[in-house]
Amino acid sequence: MSLLDYFRTPKKNTASLAKERLQIIVAHERSKRGTPSYLPQMQKEILAVISKYVDIDKEQVKVNLDKNDQVSVLELNVTLPDNESQIR
Amino acid sequence: MSQIIVVTSGKGGVGKTTTSASFGSGLALKGHKTVIIDFDIGLRNLDLIMGCERRVVYDFVNVVNDEANLNQALIKDKRVDNLFLLPASQTRNKDALTREGVERIFDQLTNEHNFDYIVCDSPAGIEHGALMALYFADEAIIVTNPEVSSVRDSDRILGILASQSRRAERGEDPVKERMLLTRYCPTRVASGDMLCIEDIEEILAIPLIGVIPESGDVLKASNSGSPVILDSESNAAQAYSDAVDRFLGEEVPLRFITEEKPGLFKRLFGGKG
Repeated sequence: MSLLDYFRTPKKNTASLAKERLQIIVAHERSKRGTPSYLPQMQKEILAVISKYVDIDKEQVKVNLDKNDQVSVLELNVTLPDNESQIR
Repeated sequence: MSQIIVVTSGKGGVGKTTTSASFGSGLALKGHKTVIIDFDIGLRNLDLIMGCERRVVYDFVNVVNDEANLNQALIKDKRVDNLFLLPASQTRNKDALTREGVERIFDQLTNEHNFDYIVCDSPAGIEHGALMALYFADEAIIVTNPEVSSVRDSDRILGILASQSRRAERGEDPVKERMLLTRYCPTRVASGDMLCIEDIEEILAIPLIGVIPESGDVLKASNSGSPVILDSESNAAQAYSDAVDRFLGEEVPLRFITEEKPGLFKRLFGGKG
């Protein structure tokens, strides 16, 4: 190690980088845990039905499954366009 | 009633078999009648780590298929009283184990052989063998290395324990999960290049049962076919022994988790780290 290195600000250590990355990926994977395998397909089909009637963006449909100990709630959130003309 | 402990991790090469061998031996040394079962069908290695590879005649699958009885397949350890091994089969048929078959053997180990502890050495991955090893578990020891892929896979296994174990299926009390951190290197933690204990505890959010320091003695032990816990001089052995004590309910402080500063003598004359 040269004398210059000694005064240089140290690089962010790799352990904290590892921790940050792990926190993000683990939280993401936990949120998906326990969701039924049919969910993506169902989301697709719901979207197809809605777009038969309304011209909507794929991003405007949100399907969410919340699980409690007792009940599971399937939440469907569709934002319809403001413009009347877009309604078929 | 015997307690069923699964030693699992998701990721391979983190020290499941080393841990199963040492943990099982530790329980037996404490006077508990213990059997260690190798669930890695097709790739058995526990026999080699335990040093009884030349004594294997019948195996786990033979017993499941009624080709041999348990007394014929169980190998009694020559060093430690109360310790037995049930080796895995080398068959390539990964589905050789069925839940019914495994359950029947566990019943016999409990009721006829009166084992206190059944330690299941899980194969890596999340396939049939790994799922079978954890299905009947009462307790789980999650072997984790301070490294990103191992921590992530441990979390994955925790998810599977919570949904696919028998206890989960029956809605009973969940499997008691505890983490064993292995290959921990305090010097690298101090320099900021290895995840520290607290970070991993925070991410996985399960209690810690022990920290095994990185140690050359683990390889030496496997070379000689003797569980590292029997090498009582070794730090790794003492750390395993502490983990067994904690498992049995004792409060033991963690050791070997801070950096050892080399003394003047060592700095002048060198020596092994």
